[in-house]
Amino acid sequence: MKPRSLVSIDDLTTEEITKILSLAAEFEKTPVQDILRGKVVATLFFEPSTRTRLSFESAVNKLGGKVIGFTDSSSSSVTKGETLNDTIRTVNNYVDLIVMRHPIEGSARYASEISTVPVINAGDGANQHPTQTLLDLYSILKTQGTLENLNICMVGDLKYGRTVHSLLMAMSRWTTSFNFVAPEELKMPDEYKLYLRNLGLDYYETADLNEVINMADIIYMTRVQRERFSDPMEYEKVKNAYVLHDHMLSETKPGMKILHPLPRVNEISTDVDANAKAYYFEQALNGVYTRQAIICTLLGLK
Amino acid sequence: MKNVDDPKQLLVSAIESGTVIDHIPASTLFKVIKILGLDRIRNQITFGTNLESKTDGKKAIIKIAGKFFEDDDINRIALVAPNAKLNIIRDYQVIEKRVVEVPDTINAIAKCMNPKCITNFEKVTTRFRVVSKKPVALKCLYCEKITDQERLEII
Repeated sequence: MKPRSLVSIDDLTTEEITKILSLAAEFEKTPVQDILRGKVVATLFFEPSTRTRLSFESAVNKLGGKVIGFTDSSSSSVTKGETLNDTIRTVNNYVDLIVMRHPIEGSARYASEISTVPVINAGDGANQHPTQTLLDLYSILKTQGTLENLNICMVGDLKYGRTVHSLLMAMSRWTTSFNFVAPEELKMPDEYKLYLRNLGLDYYETADLNEVINMADIIYMTRVQRERFSDPMEYEKVKNAYVLHDHMLSETKPGMKILHPLPRVNEISTDVDANAKAYYFEQALNGVYTRQAIICTLLGLK
Repeated sequence: MKNVDDPKQLLVSAIESGTVIDHIPASTLFKVIKILGLDRIRNQITFGTNLESKTDGKKAIIKIAGKFFEDDDINRIALVAPNAKLNIIRDYQVIEKRVVEVPDTINAIAKCMNPKCITNFEKVTTRFRVVSKKPVALKCLYCEKITDQERLEII
């Protein structure tokens, strides 16, 4: 039988998502358990992503499993010209589960077709990063107590942001209203807006964060990167318009939380960190529990 | 013998039994031949191209003796010859006419337009879900990007 992999958030039914989130809550209560004793997990990072890799390795270590792998392709056989096919066929002999990060889109789906053990996609180029989406959902559920009837305010680069697209698709399974705050060049692509319209979900677009900030249950911040702009003048004009400062939060909802996939550069001013509404570092911690839940689910251990 | 008085039909000789594929755009004739694997079979095949057509501009026609196609096989040509019409011939008579229809999945014949897709890096058989039939839009099962009619390339 083909092992169960997690390549795209769409691979999971809503019931399965809900189950993973409640399992993550269990791991939050008891993060150190002996469930993975004797199990070996490979972290194959064909491009570096320190945060994601450490989060996975922490998740495995806390459950008593061992981790082997590489942290970027320069230290692996890929530099000798080995194909992904051969790497996966070899490594799946050594381990019980593969966590893979790869710059080429679709590489994770391909690996999951070849592998004899479950594959978790830890990012395939600009395509999918489902464990990020699940930890975002867990953070939203944990702070809001529900995933129903929330207002999600997405800010920054909504055009190229893989995390916001996946989160939008995932949250659209529940009754959600969205506010999209982005400069003209980085607006949410039409295909996602069409998707929401077809589902009858509300969204509103603006270039002014202050206009919608007080409606938000969740503010999801992303980085506005200089290299995304065809015109550098355009970047200079907007770069400060999408920075969150502490003084902007005074009228926001009391239970509102600020999320960010990290790393942050300057889009959230450090004066926000002390505010109880800042949640991005806890969000990173939630990533460990969520990944524990995902690993155990795929291995059929919970 | 049917159509015997039609000089256009006589450009390519009639077959006793087999399949005639008509209304292929002249520009995609060789793609159709490739998709159907006609360059690898031993049947007698005749074809004509750059024939005048009232409806299609320059068209091509293929006659394959002793060969009958399954729907799944023939529908693969819908990507490059959406208006193709099939005449199934027995004893020099057209016993059935068929049109082609774009199938729900397209495997192994189209190229993903995303240069960063794994199918353009390694020997991976391309697989698409058809998200729109007219105009054709294919969603890659690997990178999940859409390849539309304009950017469609046959491998």
